Amino acid sequence: MSVRRIVTVSAGLSTPSSSRLLADRLTAATERSLGDRGIRARVRTVELRDLAHDVMNAMVTQVPTGELPGVLSDLAEADGVIAVTPVFNASYSGLFKSFFDVVDQGALDAVPVLVGATGGSPRHSLVLEHALRPLFSYSRALVVPTGVYAASEDWGADDEGARELNERIERAGRQLALLAADHERSGRDPYDEPVAFEDLMSGLGT
Amino acid sequence: MQFGIFSVGDVTTDPTTGRTPTEHERIKAMVEIALKAEEVGLDVFATGEHHNPPFVPSSPTTLLGYIAAKTERIVLSTATTLITTNDPVKIAEDYASLQHLADGRVDLMMGRGNTGPVYPWFGYDIREGIPMALEHYNLLHRLWREDVVNWEGKFRTPLQGFTATPRPLDGIPPFVWHGSIRSPEIAEQAAYYGDGFFHNNIFWPATHTKKLISLYRRRYEHYGHGKAEQAIVGLGGQVFMRKNSQDAVKEFRPYFDHAPVYGGGPSLEEFTRETPLTVGSPQQVIDRTLTFREMFGDYQRQLFLMDHAGLPLKTVLEQLDLLGEEVVPVLRKEFAAGRPAHVPDAPVHASMLAARRAGDHDQDTEVRA
Repeated sequence: MSVRRIVTVSAGLSTPSSSRLLADRLTAATERSLGDRGIRARVRTVELRDLAHDVMNAMVTQVPTGELPGVLSDLAEADGVIAVTPVFNASYSGLFKSFFDVVDQGALDAVPVLVGATGGSPRHSLVLEHALRPLFSYSRALVVPTGVYAASEDWGADDEGARELNERIERAGRQLALLAADHERSGRDPYDEPVAFEDLMSGLGT
Repeated sequence: MQFGIFSVGDVTTDPTTGRTPTEHERIKAMVEIALKAEEVGLDVFATGEHHNPPFVPSSPTTLLGYIAAKTERIVLSTATTLITTNDPVKIAEDYASLQHLADGRVDLMMGRGNTGPVYPWFGYDIREGIPMALEHYNLLHRLWREDVVNWEGKFRTPLQGFTATPRPLDGIPPFVWHGSIRSPEIAEQAAYYGDGFFHNNIFWPATHTKKLISLYRRRYEHYGHGKAEQAIVGLGGQVFMRKNSQDAVKEFRPYFDHAPVYGGGPSLEEFTRETPLTVGSPQQVIDRTLTFREMFGDYQRQLFLMDHAGLPLKTVLEQLDLLGEEVVPVLRKEFAAGRPAHVPDAPVHASMLAARRAGDHDQDTEVRA
């Protein structure tokens, strides 16, 4: 059975947070859909709250401390990423953005990403489209078409409302699984296989 | 093995007194620090190069030329020389001149510079930093080795029939190190030429540093300069010492907490755990520095950062006394023990001259035979 590595990032701050609840359900949907294809998911779930100081350390000094280096290297090897943030002041939270600011440029290049967000009311649902999607487009990630937004009221919805959210979660998980199943890391580590000097000099004066 | 210090040349307020040295005081302090380095028996003094406040060393060869006149023995170097935004022709001229005045006691460490605005100030684009470093160095390498150069490239106006003067002392160019903290391209470049590679590991965990140094060593062998373990490696270090380690921590903490480079970031304890920074007794510094060899193999040059973050000159001079009297003699002995005979020292002018004479002699012998 082949394996795909999924990294789930939740920026929720309370325990449990609704971002983590949504992240877990998106992860489960992705695992199920990969399982349907005969693929096992190896999941690492990251609570950014636990990394908050390390993220700031990396931001102000570039020194990766604590668990952060391990998380960054898992992210650099992920076949799929699930990224969920609470909506703060009409956008992703500062912690969520700061974390992705310290991720190496290129680490998400062509990596399938499923975006999710949570908020107090449904009125912020377009945060997926105006904040999260552009952020990951900039990272050259492959953002799956379905993003999932859950408002507080969704957690107490009647059957009809719950079914709508569930369907959306399943669809998003299916889309991520579809891309993750075909995902291959280029595998070339520039520290193991450097570009040879004569190729580096190509086009330059010698 | 060479031991020395490298200075960024920052003008920083002493957080314990609120006093900021003037540029004049800082420049004179750098000279005094370099003279002290020689006095306490260190091998290398290296200055940074910056083109913006709060840093004073914008003209390294002026500073090093002045220090050369007041010293006898210490090797004068840079950390780093901006191979991107400087004209390689001017580097060739300036450092060959310095080499003559200092009777060969000169080498250089090339670096790209990471201050964004410096590139446009000198008419360049930071996004082309790597290709510029490659092309400029290639030209510099030729200017020091070929009497007449015809050259055309991407980043500088062409040269036809150009001779860089003065020619290097005894026809031997200064030894060059390439400094990089994260670019495999620069490790590859250093390996290609058989030059030295310096990793300023003071902000980096050992695992990262090791990847880059291993790459350089492997490629050094690939390009036929010798075995991987014979490649010429330099490392940074950062220490603050008092006889009693608790005194060192107490005295250094306000400087650490307010330093422009790491203030507001990790705690002193986290930083000393994750990076080579060592704050404690001379013995702790010795123990920590010896671990570098275990991680990166036998190496050739160890530079310490001692004068930064607003530390007063008097304190820095005391630190150099401790380094020269209590740390380096032990490190010399320990590093020499178990060092394989085929691992070379870093090339200096005298050794390169001797090697060339030995080579000439071998050739003469062959011709006669």
